[in-house]
Amino acid sequence: MQQLPAASNTLESKRVSSFPDKLVIVLFLAPALILFLLFVVYPIFRSIYFSLFDWNGLGPAVDFVGFGNYKTILTDKVFIKALWNGVMIIVFSLGLQLPLALALAVLVGRDLPGRGIFRTIFFLPYVLSEVNVAIMWMLLYNPDPDRGLLNSIAVIFGAEPVGWLSNTNLVLLSVFIALTWKYFGFHMLLYLAGLQNIPLDLEEAARIDGANNFQNFFYITLPLLGGTIRTSVYMSVLGSIQQFILVWIMTKGGPVNASETLATYMYRFGFVRFELGYGSAVAIYMFVLCLIFSLIYQRLTRQPDYLTGL
Amino acid sequence: MLRKFYTLMSLVLIVSFALAACGSPATEVPAVVNEPASTEAPAAPATEAPASAEPVTITWWHITTKDPGLSDWQKMADDYMAAHPNVTIEITVLENEAFKTKLTTVMQSGEVPDIFQSWGGGTFNQQVEAGLLKDITAELAADSAWKDSFAPGALGVYSYAGANYGVPWDMGMVGFWYNKALFEQAGIANPPATWTEFLDAVKALKAAGITPISIGEGDKWPGMHFWNYLATRSCGQAKFEAAMARTGSFTDPCFIEAGTKLQELLALEPFQDGFLGATHDDMQAAFGNGKAAMELSGQWAPSTSAANSADQKGVGENLGLFGFPGLEGGAGDAGDVVGGGNGFAIGKDAEPEAIDFVKYLTSVENQTIIAVNGSGIPVVKGSETGLVDPNMLQVQQTFAAAQYFQLYYDQFLPPATGSVLNDSVQGLFAGTLTPEQVAQAVEDSVAAEIK
Repeated sequence: MQQLPAASNTLESKRVSSFPDKLVIVLFLAPALILFLLFVVYPIFRSIYFSLFDWNGLGPAVDFVGFGNYKTILTDKVFIKALWNGVMIIVFSLGLQLPLALALAVLVGRDLPGRGIFRTIFFLPYVLSEVNVAIMWMLLYNPDPDRGLLNSIAVIFGAEPVGWLSNTNLVLLSVFIALTWKYFGFHMLLYLAGLQNIPLDLEEAARIDGANNFQNFFYITLPLLGGTIRTSVYMSVLGSIQQFILVWIMTKGGPVNASETLATYMYRFGFVRFELGYGSAVAIYMFVLCLIFSLIYQRLTRQPDYLTGL
Repeated sequence: MLRKFYTLMSLVLIVSFALAACGSPATEVPAVVNEPASTEAPAAPATEAPASAEPVTITWWHITTKDPGLSDWQKMADDYMAAHPNVTIEITVLENEAFKTKLTTVMQSGEVPDIFQSWGGGTFNQQVEAGLLKDITAELAADSAWKDSFAPGALGVYSYAGANYGVPWDMGMVGFWYNKALFEQAGIANPPATWTEFLDAVKALKAAGITPISIGEGDKWPGMHFWNYLATRSCGQAKFEAAMARTGSFTDPCFIEAGTKLQELLALEPFQDGFLGATHDDMQAAFGNGKAAMELSGQWAPSTSAANSADQKGVGENLGLFGFPGLEGGAGDAGDVVGGGNGFAIGKDAEPEAIDFVKYLTSVENQTIIAVNGSGIPVVKGSETGLVDPNMLQVQQTFAAAQYFQLYYDQFLPPATGSVLNDSVQGLFAGTLTPEQVAQAVEDSVAAEIK
């Protein structure tokens, strides 16, 4: 912090060479580094170790099974179902949730009357905890028309009550609706921030050249929002792979595994069945999936960011 | 620079203290060595103990987070400490799920509370096998008045391979709670005593336009109770124990029959709409609101169905209880009971004072307080006089009269198998699994867990 006003100093004084400076660096890094090593790196290696055992969490892990857990997981139909559900949530998120967030961001980013109010309203669900959201949607989805709002509306229109969370074909969609409701505001906020960075003169210039709203959006706004969209997609995909709280509270992955995700599958084995070795192996699969995705994604999307060139 | 350094050092210190505090049980103090005992637990440093006897600290974890139970436990501990000045009782109150998580964590490190909440069964057995619990068989034998005061079925829940590692303080049973008014409306004079009569009653209720049974199968264990009872009726005590001892098998025809009998019921579509995704609260609400004529539930049904009903009163006067019907041709007796309750497990490092304190907690006087305040159904003879609710008295009497008391299977089996059973029975309810597949899944899991 001292260095900033000292811009007129000579080069030497800026170089980090003296012992006290190094000490400061070490001291500043140490807390974060220790926490990171202790609570992120160490548990990962510990999980890898446990994943090689058949272990119920009591006493030391002694029943070594090698890669047995990893093999069993791949043959479990429920795991495949959880994987498939994860893919479905990703597809829905990228196909529906993010475009919705983007559309709303463009809408409330404009000079509309009352846009501040709408921004707040749209962002509000994100402020609620996942537990609150899950319980609220469970109440809305309740199959008893006297208790569930959605079904009471359905009954007014003469329809049969819908088993939102009990129909195995519908349950994943129902959960996804709740997920979207919670998270679209967050992505909208990201896009709003991105939109602020796009200089208005670009749009103006395009407009003078005769571009309509449609062209303006697809040829100016969207490309310039690239960086934000990449971030938003990244977070959305990783969030989908790890989705747990909302699903666990609303459905426990059921009925009959219809809404199982990788995280609920892991939790079921780790902390319901107390097969901690098996659960650890599932966690390692999830970790590897996220890691592979991150690496590939960063490689694929290493495009020039148009805005930084401006 | 120096000042910065000190600031940093103090920051690092604060962080490490915060971490140390996170790592130690929240309301206990001893783990943070450098900090003075500032929370509610009255620390008793060895040098300051005024009493003549050796000072002893007993750690006790319980999950009674609400009054009157919470204050009752505290008062019992205070009274005991007043009578035994050398004893300090450190109570840690945890919410149910938090308790399970925290207990699992401390058990991995081998640190076990002296006295803690237990439900017996598979988890309890694993704790015994891992050497985390204390064998109190000798203490019970030495004080036969104490031992004989317990209902034997309830005491047996906290034993493993013939040795006792804990004692019960509450016990209940699962049965059919029914709405007398709706039964009358459907023209059912007497509660069904056999499975055939039961199916007839379901048909009569359907014919009268009443939803016969409410269930929260999204939570899985409510449906497991059906399979559990049918297996208990069909197989009896002997075949279940043989299957557990690995001299028998869960693929025995009697366990498959439990599934096929359940399918007979499922074929009648007796449940409320959306039962597969419904929670236990939904089940209690449907019954409490008079929208279903029956539910298979434990002794908590009267209070939870009332709490979940629209008027907070539940079915009130119309509430009745009948035991799970007998199964024609089954090896089990119609009086056999499935249930469960709460107990105290004794940790491996417990001092004799801890056991003496548990003895005090399970005295007739203290058990009567539990009964009078409705915190549980007492298990010590003589304290049932405290039960004022006729339904609870009926539960207590039915349970006490049972020849064979079976702890809920999902609790009794190893945790992994219990979960497999719950998941499989949901498959049976959803029609995705056959009775044979359910029995096979349980057998496979038991074979892997019990070696």
